[in-house]
Formats: sequence, C-alpha cells, structure tokens
Amino acid sequence: MNLLLLNHELLVLALALGLLLVDLWLPLPAKRKLGYVAAIGVGLILLYSLFCVKLPSGQPVQYAFGQMYALDPLALFFKRFFLLAALIVLLMSVEFADRITAGISEFYALILIALLGMLFASSANDFALLFVSMELITVTFYVLTSFQRARVTSLEAGVKYLIIGALSTAFTVFGIALVYGISHTLNFGQLSSVAAQFGGNPIFLFGLVFVLVGLGFKIVAFPFQIWAPDVYQGAPTPVTAFLAIGSKAAGFALLLRVLFIAVPNITAHWSNLLIIISGFSILYGNLCAIPQRNLKRLLGYSSIAHAGYMLLGVAALSADGRSAVLYYLSGYLFTVLAAFTVICLVLRQADGEDLSGLAGLHRRAPLLAAALTLAMASLAGIPPLAGFFGKFLLLKAVIAQAPLQPGYYCLAFTALAGVVISLYYYFGVVRAIYWADDPTDLSPILISKPIRISIYACLAGMLYLGLFPSCMLDLATQAVKLLR
Amino acid sequence: MSPLTYIIGWPFFAAILLLLVPRNFRPVLRAVAILATFISAVLALKMFLQFHTGALGYQFEQQIPWVTRLGISYHVGVDGINVGLILMGAIVAFASACVSWEIKERDKEFYILLLVMTGGILGAFASLDLFFFYFFHELALVPTFIMIGVWGRGEQKNYATFQITLYLSIGALIALIGLIALYLQAGANTFDIPELAKHIREHPLATGAQNFIFPLLLFGFGILVSLWPFHTWAPLGYASAPTATAMLHAGVLKKFGLYGLIRIALPLLPQAAQHWTPILAWLCLGNLVYCGWVAMRQKDFNRLIGYSSVAHMGFVFLGIATLNVIGVTGAVLVMIAHGFLAALTFGLSGYLYQQTGTLQIDRLGGLLRRLPFIGGALMMAAFAGCGLPGFANFAGEITVFFGAWKVFPVVTVLACWGALIIGAVYMLRAIRALLHGPLPDQWAGVADAHFWRKVPFILLLACLLLFGCFPRLLTDKIVPSVKENAVVILLNR
Repeated sequence: MNLLLLNHELLVLALALGLLLVDLWLPLPAKRKLGYVAAIGVGLILLYSLFCVKLPSGQPVQYAFGQMYALDPLALFFKRFFLLAALIVLLMSVEFADRITAGISEFYALILIALLGMLFASSANDFALLFVSMELITVTFYVLTSFQRARVTSLEAGVKYLIIGALSTAFTVFGIALVYGISHTLNFGQLSSVAAQFGGNPIFLFGLVFVLVGLGFKIVAFPFQIWAPDVYQGAPTPVTAFLAIGSKAAGFALLLRVLFIAVPNITAHWSNLLIIISGFSILYGNLCAIPQRNLKRLLGYSSIAHAGYMLLGVAALSADGRSAVLYYLSGYLFTVLAAFTVICLVLRQADGEDLSGLAGLHRRAPLLAAALTLAMASLAGIPPLAGFFGKFLLLKAVIAQAPLQPGYYCLAFTALAGVVISLYYYFGVVRAIYWADDPTDLSPILISKPIRISIYACLAGMLYLGLFPSCMLDLATQAVKLLR
Repeated sequence: MSPLTYIIGWPFFAAILLLLVPRNFRPVLRAVAILATFISAVLALKMFLQFHTGALGYQFEQQIPWVTRLGISYHVGVDGINVGLILMGAIVAFASACVSWEIKERDKEFYILLLVMTGGILGAFASLDLFFFYFFHELALVPTFIMIGVWGRGEQKNYATFQITLYLSIGALIALIGLIALYLQAGANTFDIPELAKHIREHPLATGAQNFIFPLLLFGFGILVSLWPFHTWAPLGYASAPTATAMLHAGVLKKFGLYGLIRIALPLLPQAAQHWTPILAWLCLGNLVYCGWVAMRQKDFNRLIGYSSVAHMGFVFLGIATLNVIGVTGAVLVMIAHGFLAALTFGLSGYLYQQTGTLQIDRLGGLLRRLPFIGGALMMAAFAGCGLPGFANFAGEITVFFGAWKVFPVVTVLACWGALIIGAVYMLRAIRALLHGPLPDQWAGVADAHFWRKVPFILLLACLLLFGCFPRLLTDKIVPSVKENAVVILLNR
C-alpha cells in the first residue's frame, strides 16, 4: 500500500479539518476571512501538484489500496482541474459569505470535502471507490444546496436534489451489485479482462446501464436532468458554480473510467445509446433554455446542453473524442466560473436573479459586463474563445466516426442545431447587459482584489485556450492515452 | 513577415488600441478606425501592384504552425484569385469606416466591431488554411449580427437581426461540417489548402464521399451568399443594417462563400462538382430572374438594392457552375466588381437615409436638384448595376455569359434576358422616382455631401471605372490561377 500516492487527498482533508478546528477559536467577524485561508491552501496544493507531483516515466499508472485507487495521467489531469475549480469557487464564496447567516466556516469546509470527493473520483479504479466518492460529493452537495436555511427556494432545491440524488444512488448501487454478482469483481482492471465474456448477459448489462443512470445524474444528461434547473436556481451561487463544473467533471471522470477502462469491449457496442443520450441532452437543454428569465436557471438548462456536447466526444468512442471532452471541460471551467462569479457579485437579491437585474451592468462595472459577455460568447462557441475550439474538436471527433455509422452525422447536425438555438438565449443575456431600456440601479459594484484576479484569470483562460490550444490539447491527449 | 499579416493585423491591432481610448474622445476613435483601414488598403494596393502576374503558385506566403497535432497552421498567401478580392475588401473597409460618421451613440463599440469585422474578412480571404479560413469568417460574422441588432434601423430591426443570425449561423455551421468531413476524408492530417490540394490530386476522394461533402459546402456556402431559395435574410437584413455593415457584408463578407466554392469545393471535389453544378445553374436562375422580379416590386429603396444584390449573386453562381476557365474567371471578376458596386449603392442609400430619414421610393423625388453629387453617383451606380459597358460589372457579366453559353445555353439565354432587362427596369425606375420629377417641399433642405464625405464614393466609383475599362488588370492575374487551381476539372471542358 502506498499512502503517499494520496497526497492530494490527504492535504485537502487536513485543510478541511484544520479549518473546522481553527473556527473554534476565531471571533465571528474574522470567520469570513477563513475562505481566503482555504483558497490559499488549495492554491498551494495546486502549485505543489503542478510542480512537485510527477508520474515516473516508466510506470504511468500507480496503484494504492489493492488497485482500488489509481494515479495515472487522467487522474492527475482531473485533480488539478478540481483544485483550480475549488480555488475560484472559494474566492466566490467569500464574496457570498454575507448572505449566509450562520456556519460560514462549515460552508468552506464542506466545499473542501466535496473537493475531496472529486479528487477520489478522479482516481477511482474500482466500483467501491466510485460509489464512495460519488456519495461523498453528492451528500456534501445536499447540505451545501440547502445552506441558506432562511430561503425557501434553497431548501426546496436541497430537497429536490436529495430525492432525485437518492434515487440515482439507489440505481447505481443496485447496478454495482448486479455487476458484482455476475462478474465477482469490482475492480476495473480485472473487470476489463472478463467483461467481454459477459457481453451477452442481460443482468450484467442491466447492471452497467444502472451505473450509467447514476453517472448520467451527475453529469446532468438527458433523461436524468430533471433536477438541474431547480437546483441550479435555488442553491447558493458558489454552490451552483461548483455543481456546474466540479460535480459534472467528476461525473465525466468516472464515466470515462467506467466506459473505457472497466468495460471497453461492451462500450464499443453502445454507440447508439450514447448518440441518443447526447443528442437529446443537446436538444432538451437548448430548447428549454429559450424562455428562461432567471439567469441561474438558464445556465442550468445550458448545463444540460453542454453535457450533451461533451457526450459527443464520449459517443465518438475514439481517443480524439475523449481528449476533446477534456479540452472542452477545461474551457468550460473558466467560462462557467466567470459567469457565476459575475452572477454572485451582481445579482445579490435572493430572488432577483432575473435577467433584468443585469441592466446597465456595463456602466456599473465594465469588467463584469465584459466577463459575462465573453463567457456567454464562449458558451455559444464563438471564436476566438475556448468554447469555439472545444466544439470544433468535438464535432471533428464525431464526424471522423461518421463513415462507419451514419448515426454520427445525425448527431453532428443535432449539435449544429443546438448551437444555433443557443445563440438566441446567450445573446439574450448579452442584450440584457448592454441594451436594456431602463436600468433602475446604477450604483457601482465594488469588486474586491482577489475576485478581480480570479475574473482576470478566467478571462485569460478562455482566451488562452481559444487562441493557443496546442498546449492544452497535448495535455488532454496525454491524459486519455491509457483509456481504450 | 508577409504584407498580408500586416493587412490583416492592422485592423485587429487598432481594435485593441480603441479599447484603451476613452469613449468621449470621439474624433480619436474615428481617426484610428479610418487610419487603420487606410493603412490596410494602401498595403493591399501595394501588394496588388507588386503581385507577380502570371507566376504560378502562391505569393507573399507566410506559415506559422498553430496546432501541429491536427495540422493547423496560420498560413496566408495570395494568388490571382484572392489578390483582387483582398484589394477590394480593404478599399471597401476604408470606405465603410469613412461613411460611419452617421453613428452617433456608442461609437466606440461600433468602430471596434467594424475593425474586428474588417480584420476577419481580410483574414478569411487571405487564409490558405481551412481552419483559419473558417475561424476568420466567424470572427467577422458575429460583429455583423451585433451591429445590425444595436445600430440597425427600421421597425423590423429585431426580426431582421434574428433572421440573419439564424440563417448565416446555420449556413456557416453546415459548411463547417463539410470542411471537417473534407479534412477527415482526405486523411492527410492537414488543414493546409495547398497541401490538401496536392494530396487530393494524388489520391482523389471516393465519389460517394465527394457527393456527400459537396452539397454540404454548396448549400452551406450558398446560404451565406443568399443562393435562391435561401436568400430571404438578405434584403431585410441589409435594409435594417447600419450603412457600414451593409457595405462590408454585401460587398465583401458575402463573397466568402463564393470564394470558398472556388477555392475549396471545385478543386478538391471535382467529380461531385460536375454532378452538382447543373443544379446550381438552374438555382442561379432563381437569383437572377425571380429576385430581380421581386426587386421590381419593392417600395423601399434599400430593399430594392438588397434584392438587386441577391440577384447579382446569380451571375457568380452561373460562372462557377460552368466549370471552365472563362466562366470561373468571370465569376471572380463579378465578385470584385459587385463588391465595389454593393458598397457604393449601400453607402449612397445610407447617405440618403441620413438626409431624409426615409427610403420609401414614393415619398422621395427630384433629389438630383438638391444632391448633384450623390444623385450623380447613384445614377452611375445604377448604370453599373444594369451592366453598362465601362463599369467593371459589365466585364465580369459578359465573361460569365461567354463561359456559360457553351455549357448551359438555355440557362444563359434566360439569364441574359431576365437578369439584364429586369435589372435595367427596376434600377432605372428607382432612379426616376428618386432623382427626377418634382421635389417635395419637405426635402428642400437636404444637403449634398461635402468634400470629405465624397471621398469614399469617389474612390469606389473610380475602382469600378478603372477595372471596367481595364479588366485585364484583374483577368491577367485570375486566369493562370484559375487554370492552376482547378486543373482537375477543367481538363474535360
């Protein structure tokens, strides 16, 4: 057993527990600042990960806990991804702290614990760890979602998330039981060598499909998307942001591992299933987003559509497709976090997340207006931002498979229709910022220094990934090399 | 560094510079925009003059690897086909920056978008890489939508913005799928157009794949160029657009689709081209005759010239459909001529709108008395639009007809009669209604353009006349490139 492989997880755990301990001795007004401590801690862990953690070149995968836990390029990619996301979410939480009446330190600590779950998820090489890490994330989010106890919408969101989350957990655990019952193993490595012989076994396949249901819930894909708009709308904004990027990316990390490490032989026959899920997610998310007036709800629907776009890369069943998913996720990280940071700063009233609240933003805070505009443009896939190149890669991966299976052409055209539809509501947001008729509130918005830096970082990330994709594409390609 | 990089780069650089200029420095904003487009135009002219006529291959090339894994590189270069288009684009961009004095509010954003659009257009025409070809076009397209949405005019502004965004995005994305499919089918792992062409010459694509990709490109690009029956966005869109946007889009950006057909679809998918061009020839009649017919019934002058610009695209489609050297050369010539012409007519109609606040033909009249220069220029533009000898359009259209006669005699006859006569009817009727007859009292106060405002119109007219009297300036450059580029298909015609 090699405990040192878990250094990311151990450090984050220590940080979370340390935060809770320090909280006991801190006076109330200082507690808000603990978020900066947490953010600095996460930042240091990220730096440590970037500069000190290297996989030995001869041995790309290292295992711990009897092959339950794997540290490979894919895991490392996702761990850095989650650390960066958590860093920005924590900075956002400090801005949000005045809207949380009690237990702000616990709020920060819970974010760190959700991060811990994501870090484990990125390394899961076993159905048991998959389940545990998923539950760690989901249960933490039940609490985080309903953290604003005084707000009915927040509580409502928490309950909705709890009920549907519990249902999907039941599916997952049932599926795992079926898979184990047939194959007598939970380990992905062992499963991959025996899965081929169960390809015709309906119980085994049912088990896998049930696991997919649970993962579909996490990535917010059709038809498991029903919770997303309500929860996105009701949850505190930093939580929504973390849900939109962290939880979704964790779902994708697990999905990639299950599909392409545990049962690659079976996945090869599932192109139609994946095409259908992807296509319907794109259409459902985009069509339902059109009439939305609440910005967070709109982003909830857009999140469904984006899960569909990313599933394009999974459905392509090729290395190019998988690296495109990772590339798209990285672009999505900066884009979504920029958008939610702006929402967190601008739309302060609990139920005032209506688009009209953005009116006159370009006069109140030009930086925030520009950030939200660029985020919307990137989500819509307009050059030269990250979303454009990401969508290009995904489309390319899908069209590359099309000569083998014409269904991929249908999928490509569905994605195209989705992009065109999405232009409408993304530009609706931009229009609400710049061309609303009667801005009522023209008071300038104070932007603290840390949040300013994080917005600049998000903008730089969006532009860098759009203008110089080479570096990230290499990283993504390296990361998916071990998937089959 | 290739001069092309400077030609593309100046507008982008100026756009970034404008971000730093405070918004109340209005003369500075305008000066920077005009200066940047002027520099681009001068550099484009210099490149045009230095262009080695008759030499094979691309000139002024520059290549910088961008994503080596996918074979994408920033690769610019010109041959006879795009050297004239870039010159035309840069001059029109300068003219449209000049006429933008009409923009009174949010002018900082307007000029930034105008410069981004200019850079994108010139980049799209200069790119020899499929990815950047598309990338630059998208970059130019988005500002178009925003400009129409924000600074547009008329009651139907929002509807027009919505319509043009929807149509052009769908067109661009269909073309994108076609381009990606082409890249993947070629299997050369490169987006570089010359390399792709070389690879495909050695290993032609299977006919099935060609027949699938060609319609994607044809209709994707066709929507962008307002090919009948996908033209409905154009007249309303141009009628609602601010003057500069209409000039740049109708004049230059729209030619992107045609350029894509000539540069990519014909040489890389030759068998499919032969299969699909007869259909294109009949569709182009829809542009020439049907849209001309519709133009006759228009009550709004801007809509009329919008329809006339759709109609003129029919000549280019016919030229492309011939698949022979004469026809394709004529098509390129019409593209350049129509660029100047569309910019001129939209610029003049924009001036009229500024002065009168309406372009309803029946409400105007007798304006030539008050506007000797603008009226005179408008008359010349109308003559050029009818295809009068002496203007560049005549040279292009007659070349197209010469090329098309052998291949599609019926279509050519219909096109000649339909397009030229109908064109003359609606143009001359509009001129009579606008410029002649009694002058209504309410327009007694309109003023003619002073010297500086005349500059862009004089420049565009001069170009029309220059290339009309000396079309060899262009054809000598175009012909060898067309022969070289499309060598595969032209052998059997």
